[in-house]
Amino acid sequence: MAERVLMKGNEAIAEAAIRAGCRHYFGYPITPQTEIAAYMAKKMPKIGGVFLQAESEIASINMVYGAAAAGMRVMTSSSSPGISLKAEGLSYIAGSDVPALVVNVQRGGPGLGGIQPSQSDYFQATKGGGHGDYRMIVLAPASVQEMANLTIKGFNLADKYLMTSMILADGTIGQMMEPISFEDAQIETYEKPWALTGTDCKRKHNVVNSLYLQPDQLEKKNFERFERYRQVEENEAMWEEYMMEDAEICVVAFGIASRVAKNAIVAARKEGIKVGLIRPITLWPFPKKPLAAAAEKVNSFISVELSMGQMIEDVRLATQCKKPVSLCNRCGGMIPSPDEVLETIRNAQKGV
Amino acid sequence: MKTTQILIAGFGGQGILFAGKFLAYKGLLEDKQVSWLPSYGPEMRGGTANCNVILSETPVGSPIITDPDVLVAMNLPSLEKYIDTVVPGGQVYLDSSLINTQIKRTDVQVFSIPATAMAKERDMASLANMIIMGHLLQNHPELTFEGTAETVQKLVPAKKAALVELNMNALMLGKEYKQ
Repeated sequence: MAERVLMKGNEAIAEAAIRAGCRHYFGYPITPQTEIAAYMAKKMPKIGGVFLQAESEIASINMVYGAAAAGMRVMTSSSSPGISLKAEGLSYIAGSDVPALVVNVQRGGPGLGGIQPSQSDYFQATKGGGHGDYRMIVLAPASVQEMANLTIKGFNLADKYLMTSMILADGTIGQMMEPISFEDAQIETYEKPWALTGTDCKRKHNVVNSLYLQPDQLEKKNFERFERYRQVEENEAMWEEYMMEDAEICVVAFGIASRVAKNAIVAARKEGIKVGLIRPITLWPFPKKPLAAAAEKVNSFISVELSMGQMIEDVRLATQCKKPVSLCNRCGGMIPSPDEVLETIRNAQKGV
Repeated sequence: MKTTQILIAGFGGQGILFAGKFLAYKGLLEDKQVSWLPSYGPEMRGGTANCNVILSETPVGSPIITDPDVLVAMNLPSLEKYIDTVVPGGQVYLDSSLINTQIKRTDVQVFSIPATAMAKERDMASLANMIIMGHLLQNHPELTFEGTAETVQKLVPAKKAALVELNMNALMLGKEYKQ
């Protein structure tokens, strides 16, 4: 059996990043993700890597842009208000088609908000945040082990598709400790012939740029980019199904909400209610297939979220509104209790 | 043992999070499923700290404890805040040096340990937490005292090896304390 160690979710991200070959970390402290920066500050100098606390979030994301353009595995991490500051850089990175990993350990918003856990950056992560037509691969870990696994996966996918992978976690998963093992880490490496590594006068120089003043060229770039995005949608959606075989009610939840939901589902099953869970692991691409399939057999859906209801829109789209979707939510740093989710399940059973 | 949910609460500085880590590591060494969730942010800065530890034979669902099987209260505000959430038949461990109150509930098992006073007497003031942990391991039907030395060794950094013995002494004090 693989050796298991206890780690905080935030530390697991940092350790996994280092194992994935990331040697460049640029960040700026913010609760509740500062352990990532602290871990990097301690480890990077010992392994010949770079830890740099920038003067701001905006500076750090542009340092990520630069290192990514040079073909490095590079990352930054922040929490909600800090990610808003990074939004311009995220758009430039997307417009330049370079790979990067960005971690958002979400806290309550909007504005400066609070520092307790939240999932209210779902729209920002999956629908944009920065300007222009672009997508990020959005990975939503629900355990400390997944914080590590999805960080590695995120680097792999970013390099494979030349885009940003975002780890969309929350304060709970970031702060909690669970046993994890790195034994099954699948680290992939990709050639980066486009990278700015110096020509040695032996090849034509590469250009990394997001400015295209000729509209036909910019359109062509966008078309090419969306062809890649289409492949991501086709090949990379990930999800977990839990007790769905005979389910009549389908709960949809990601991250910490999915763990609360599992408790509620176990309790509801004891009451004889046939309820299951579809847990999106990728939020973009959203796992449309299992939801569309579930829409053919369940009576209703419940979206459990730590927000005012953001993912619920994608649940309705994926199921083409074939069945009613209700919302069970808390926000602002509050987390729904298993009892609150159970009550929503009971109401769904009664058709309320 | 199915699942034991342990809520540890007190002032910052009482070693609340450390006590929780001790239980989590112990569970890890016993190949249990474990989760450890600290309070963070304004709560910590305001002086109260709490920590949710779940030890289980099956994968842990929510790491957030709403109805603890075991409450460890290291000060009065923590006891008052959480006493009503303990499941009927659950256990309450309290530091009676700092908490001077009668518990009205009759459906929980109460263990009062003057841990802070015991620790002070022996010049190990910061180890009241581990005295209570020792008592908890001795008295909880599904936890055991076995493997505590190994756990403490895992938990204490090599540079501070002297603390292993102190922690073990505190655990033994709690173990041997008679109600």
